[in-house]
Amino acid sequence: MELATNPDIAQRFPDLYPALDARAAVVEANRCLNCFDAPCMGACPTHIDVPGFIRRIAAGNVTGSARTILDANVLGASCARVCPVDVLCEGACVLHGKHQKPIEIGRLQRFAMETFYHAGGRLALRQRQERSQRVLCIGAGPASLACAAELRQHGFQVRVIERRLLPGGLNTYGVAEYKLRTADSLREVEMVRGLGVEFEVCHVDAASLTQLEREFDAIFLGVGLGAMKRLEIAGANSVDGISAADGIIDALNFIAAYKTGTPLRVGRRVVVIGAGNTAIDAACAAKRLGAETVTIVYRRHRQNIPAFAFEVDHALREGVEFRWASLPTAIAASNKALSLTCVTLAQDANGRLTPQPGSEFAMECDLVIPAIGQSPLLELLSQVRGVTMKRGRVIVDRATGQTANPKYFAGGDCVNGGREVVDAVADGKRAALGIAAWLNEKSSTRPEVPLG
Amino acid sequence: MADLTTNFAGIHSPNPFWLASAPPTNTGEQVMRAFDAGWGGAVWKTIGEPITNVSSRYSSSDWNSQRMMGLNNIELITDRPIEVNLREIAEIKRRYPRHAVIASLMVESRREAWHEMVKRTEDAGADGLELNFGCPHGMSERGMGSAVGQVPEYTQRITEWVKETARTPVLVKLTPNVTDIRDIARAARRARADGLSAINTINSITGIDLSTFAPRPNVDGMSSHGGYCGPAVKPIALNMVQQVMADTVDGPPIPLSGIGGIGNWQDAAEFLLLGCTSVQVCTAVMHYGYRIVQEMIDGLSNWMDESGFATVDAFRGKSLAKVTEWKHLNLNYKIVARIDEALCIGCQLCHIACWDGAHQCIHVDRVSGPIDGPVELHAKPHEVGREKIAVTPMPRLGPLKQHIGPYAASLERIPRVDETECVGCNLCSLVCPVDGCITMVERPNGLAPQTWAERNACAQDASPHGPG
Repeated sequence: MELATNPDIAQRFPDLYPALDARAAVVEANRCLNCFDAPCMGACPTHIDVPGFIRRIAAGNVTGSARTILDANVLGASCARVCPVDVLCEGACVLHGKHQKPIEIGRLQRFAMETFYHAGGRLALRQRQERSQRVLCIGAGPASLACAAELRQHGFQVRVIERRLLPGGLNTYGVAEYKLRTADSLREVEMVRGLGVEFEVCHVDAASLTQLEREFDAIFLGVGLGAMKRLEIAGANSVDGISAADGIIDALNFIAAYKTGTPLRVGRRVVVIGAGNTAIDAACAAKRLGAETVTIVYRRHRQNIPAFAFEVDHALREGVEFRWASLPTAIAASNKALSLTCVTLAQDANGRLTPQPGSEFAMECDLVIPAIGQSPLLELLSQVRGVTMKRGRVIVDRATGQTANPKYFAGGDCVNGGREVVDAVADGKRAALGIAAWLNEKSSTRPEVPLG
Repeated sequence: MADLTTNFAGIHSPNPFWLASAPPTNTGEQVMRAFDAGWGGAVWKTIGEPITNVSSRYSSSDWNSQRMMGLNNIELITDRPIEVNLREIAEIKRRYPRHAVIASLMVESRREAWHEMVKRTEDAGADGLELNFGCPHGMSERGMGSAVGQVPEYTQRITEWVKETARTPVLVKLTPNVTDIRDIARAARRARADGLSAINTINSITGIDLSTFAPRPNVDGMSSHGGYCGPAVKPIALNMVQQVMADTVDGPPIPLSGIGGIGNWQDAAEFLLLGCTSVQVCTAVMHYGYRIVQEMIDGLSNWMDESGFATVDAFRGKSLAKVTEWKHLNLNYKIVARIDEALCIGCQLCHIACWDGAHQCIHVDRVSGPIDGPVELHAKPHEVGREKIAVTPMPRLGPLKQHIGPYAASLERIPRVDETECVGCNLCSLVCPVDGCITMVERPNGLAPQTWAERNACAQDASPHGPG
């Protein structure tokens, strides 16, 4: 499952932050106070032993450091690159309390993981006792990968199935290339495969689910979310498509296309609709792919923006412009270009944003990238017997990930509605422990027969 | 501005900062640059029959990313001819008459050899002589250096030979590689030495290369024990300086030039407070260059001005009276740790240090409640502690608790001190990374001061089985 990195993309999307070299990593590691019951650990959804891995870097034990990270978080390498550390571990660093720069936990973790992989490090099985029970993970994103890896550590037989050609989920297809390269995501998947997890590309429907339920002792749903929401404005259907050639492409398809080698012509002027973190990733990518102007149109103001503040700052540094309090109302194709009509919004007496009469304006552009959120994967999830949902999210017992149908467990975006990679990893690991406990309980009535 | 001029047993220098006998005083060219930078004196790199050195020669101990916490060397005395060194001393004394040039000497243990060396050196114009009885490596294998300084009789005899002919003040440099440095200091005093310098380097192996198993420094695959110096040895040096300066057996102390890990004015002030007349520096200069003396002069002057000391003599030795034997310490003095919650950042290092390394009296068991006054607890302290130590929690399910109030850490992370159990050991205040956060405060217990010696005397008086 190798994917050669496109040299043009590699050149346009170099690492956003430089790696720490070995000496700098040791200096930074030595700044760590080694807090007891450290708040950074508590702030990490996967509860990585942060002081433990940092202390190992300081002591020149980088292998031990990487293993400490991987013990808690099998996707430690990608999390080191994509985690919003400002609001997680680094945000909880006690050094904030003395008005000092927090420890650069993310970059230290990246140093440990990259040094480990560079030296050919592999995941190690904690124990060799094989169990006969089989578990299926549907979807090959972070939640399923974490679940599968943890289940292998308990000796279960695990298969991961994925409808897309490449495993890794959004890590492979949906993260800005300057944060995480597709090739790096795939390398991490290979580590999980090395534990003995089977991967298969296949599509699941109601009929195959029935068959799979018979074949597997437990099933983990790590299916993530569905397609991005479509732009529901006048004229959107007439130019609607999923390729840039049509003048309109949603943010996730846009990001997936450039990351996996599909040639893209973004044109001179790009408009991104929506202001979440994915919108920022798409806008910055459009800029790096050659657009002269990239404008993010958002119906509210900067203080209300759903993207992280550091992502907004980054977009501004990349030259992305923002059009606040603006709502697209119509789109029209004319003479190889698009015209996006917007209206300015203002708060009324009740605090609601309402269109201002006579404030319509048009934005001429070559490409429109809607980034207004993903919809739940209802067509699949609604076919899973006994699994209950609420507002598009699978309902689970939070401690075990078990759904209303005890054979099914779930985690990741399909449960939390779309959060960070590290949240998905935590969900997957929690569910794996839930599955292991449930299968152990079930098998305690009949003796376990170890496999060869 | 404070007067820093120094008179060490008749050796005058514009300030008490001297360069120790070492690589920074190897040549006249270096010493002149050092004087230009501000050094008040220089003890010339030990002069004797030229030797052949090995390469490599130095190795160091780093600590927490800081380089050269300690430096180790296996370099010998000067490798330059005696007449070259003496010619340069003469030239420097001509150009820098106000600065102190002390010649460090080491020759074979023959009376005539010492007499000749002393005469030639003084003829060259040296202001004083320092007898190198301290070098712990190489030279000691040839019956010189610490081979002399480790035996009181040898030290006394050779010092007497030197004093027979010396016209300038004679300093004996002491090795720390002895059981009791005072035995050697007394021998030097009996021989009428004019002063002492201490300490020379400490025998050391700084570390081992884990790929070759060879200790550092590596000389063609082998190593040898060397002499350790630098910031790491300062506490050892201060202790030995105090021992020598507080020793009145065989007569009063004589002037001492303090050596060992001095890198800034505060280090120097500490040696002077323990009675040193001048201080000598090497490692810090080998690390940063001669320029560091400017900070030392500036810092010591400012401190003296702020403290109202016009001269170095005004505060010299002031700490000697503050050092006593353990048996004279007040057993009824009681202090306890106090955590300033407004400064605490919640690292809990005090908690784990107290819990695992001291007396189990700092607890992290606060649920809420005011900082002063009753503290609401959720379990018995020891139960909370055990649980936190023994259990690695699974991924958390909820968001972090928000900070409450004006504190730098959330209230539940701020430890509290059980004063009834606190023994006042200081450990928490030593590990606390925030200046001023943990202070040790006195808790008067109403008892009159009593030392162990006094308590013992009382007990013996009261005991029917006491010595009678």
